[in-house]
Amino acid sequence: MKVLDRKKMILVNSALLILLVLSAAACTLLGPVRIDLSEALKNIFSSTADAEILLRARLPRVLLGIAIGGGMAVCGVVLQALLANPLACPQMLGVSGGASLGGILGLIFFPNWLLPLAGGRLGEISWIPLAAFLGALFSMVLVYRFSLFHGRLHPYHILLSGVILNSFIAAVIMFLNSIVDFYQAQGLLFWLMGSLSTRAYVTVGFIWFYILLGFLWLWSKGLALNLITLGEDAAMHLGVEPGALQRQIFIASSLMIGAMVSVSGMIGFVGLMVPHVMRLLIGSDHRLLLPASFLAGGIFLCWADTLARVLLAPAELPVGIVTAFFGGPFFLFLLYREGRRSLAL
Amino acid sequence: MNAIHAENLSFSYQDRPVLHGISLSVSCGEMVGILGPNGSGKTTLLKIFSGILRGIGEVRLKNKNIEKYNRPELSRLFAVVQQEPRVNFPYSAAEIVLMGRATYHSPLALETLHDLEIARTSMDRTDSLGFANRYLHELSGGEKQRVMIARALAQEPEILLLDEPSAFLDLKHQIQIFELLLRLNRERGLTIVAALHDLNVAALFFPRLVMLCNGRIHRDGAPSDVLTEKTIQDVYGVRVRIEYDSATKKPQLFIRPSLS
Repeated sequence: MKVLDRKKMILVNSALLILLVLSAAACTLLGPVRIDLSEALKNIFSSTADAEILLRARLPRVLLGIAIGGGMAVCGVVLQALLANPLACPQMLGVSGGASLGGILGLIFFPNWLLPLAGGRLGEISWIPLAAFLGALFSMVLVYRFSLFHGRLHPYHILLSGVILNSFIAAVIMFLNSIVDFYQAQGLLFWLMGSLSTRAYVTVGFIWFYILLGFLWLWSKGLALNLITLGEDAAMHLGVEPGALQRQIFIASSLMIGAMVSVSGMIGFVGLMVPHVMRLLIGSDHRLLLPASFLAGGIFLCWADTLARVLLAPAELPVGIVTAFFGGPFFLFLLYREGRRSLAL
Repeated sequence: MNAIHAENLSFSYQDRPVLHGISLSVSCGEMVGILGPNGSGKTTLLKIFSGILRGIGEVRLKNKNIEKYNRPELSRLFAVVQQEPRVNFPYSAAEIVLMGRATYHSPLALETLHDLEIARTSMDRTDSLGFANRYLHELSGGEKQRVMIARALAQEPEILLLDEPSAFLDLKHQIQIFELLLRLNRERGLTIVAALHDLNVAALFFPRLVMLCNGRIHRDGAPSDVLTEKTIQDVYGVRVRIEYDSATKKPQLFIRPSLS
């Protein structure tokens, strides 16, 4: 019998980890400005231009991209499992919309809240991730409540109310965007488009912390996630309490989505594409699928962002455009294929 | 000892009552077939027994109130074979069967050799080992059902609940499954409660039958007590002739259509 064993766990994860490290190195070196690596490394502690670009501009951005790509992929995996729907993703559930709205309200009304704390050393991180987390959690709870009938979660209601909530929130955001002043509007729009940019290491550290926390929490639920994909009844028969699992997944993924949205806006399609490809490659056992998707999501976004940086250099594309460019057609292909097979994957 | 004991059990879906004051005891090691027309409450009764739904009235499992069990404890006591297995993700049959072992190991651990061995024996018993590595959604209805029964066996339960286990099976596999159930019951003392549609099969394999009608127990007893011409006429509104098979000494139904 071919089932998940320790050998496969180690093999897949270490292969992806090596690939991730190589990608990170390559993406740090690639960019509109050519860097002399040996020169930069030699002067790594003095601040020559090359070393500055490498360490202060590119590396934090690459690290941020890895965390966000991995986080998006992991959120996609768990939401798909929870709704037993291979086409679910944070965008469709209104969660990312809620996070955006939370973040925007934070940006408009209390842009500098918490900044004085820790002597300003928290930098730009401020409290926007927290606002986005609250927004994400709020919209998830809302969608959940509207899809819960007699103690049962109805997956179709979740998708429908999620889509509706997302467009409602989009309208609210556009409204807010038209009442704020011009400078703020421009900032909000850029934030919404979804893009990575260079951040201070402290910000990158914060984001990694939130995302790793959420990821580890979700990974520890890997086995239960396997069971919940069989439906709530079957999961109960096999020893899982679905309500408790659902709540934990909502909180953990809201935490991750909030953190991600607060620095990069919502980068589309990573959470849809990566889990799909990984399921095709390594199967659906979430104990392996979660770490593998995290690593693969990191690799994917790392390269997508590098493309975004170099394609129109020295100008820069929002990375959301690159992922949507690949993701849109891919999504249509999936829908077409699933329709033809009339079976979900 | 009673494996399942229900006392004055009622249940309604919102304002639609489904079960009215059911009292039923199933002893450990018994094999009981639940019969009745569509909507008579068979599935609901099984769902209450397995802790999915909560009725009004008392349910005791092995002399302990069902409310006192947590979900993992229930899953080691009961295994359930559902009517329509739904699997939207590409899991292999072997992976599905191994999920029956989930309740026995920690949420982070992988399956042990012992788990694999149990899964293999369970699949062997239900004649499903041949497609262990194929995806579940590629299998036929009958093959899928055998995998689901294998998973239930892998749970090593004391009580097996089945909701129309032969619904998708052809004659051969239908008989094979019921013979397997009978063997498990006799050799290992597994308590079996199954909701059944096929009255003739029920009469052949189940020593005790419970006939539900509109959420009440209409008849409870040996096949010869339950499957009578009058009962079938009262419960299903169908005229039948009952004959006893000379080899098995079990009642069998012959339908007498009103038009012929």
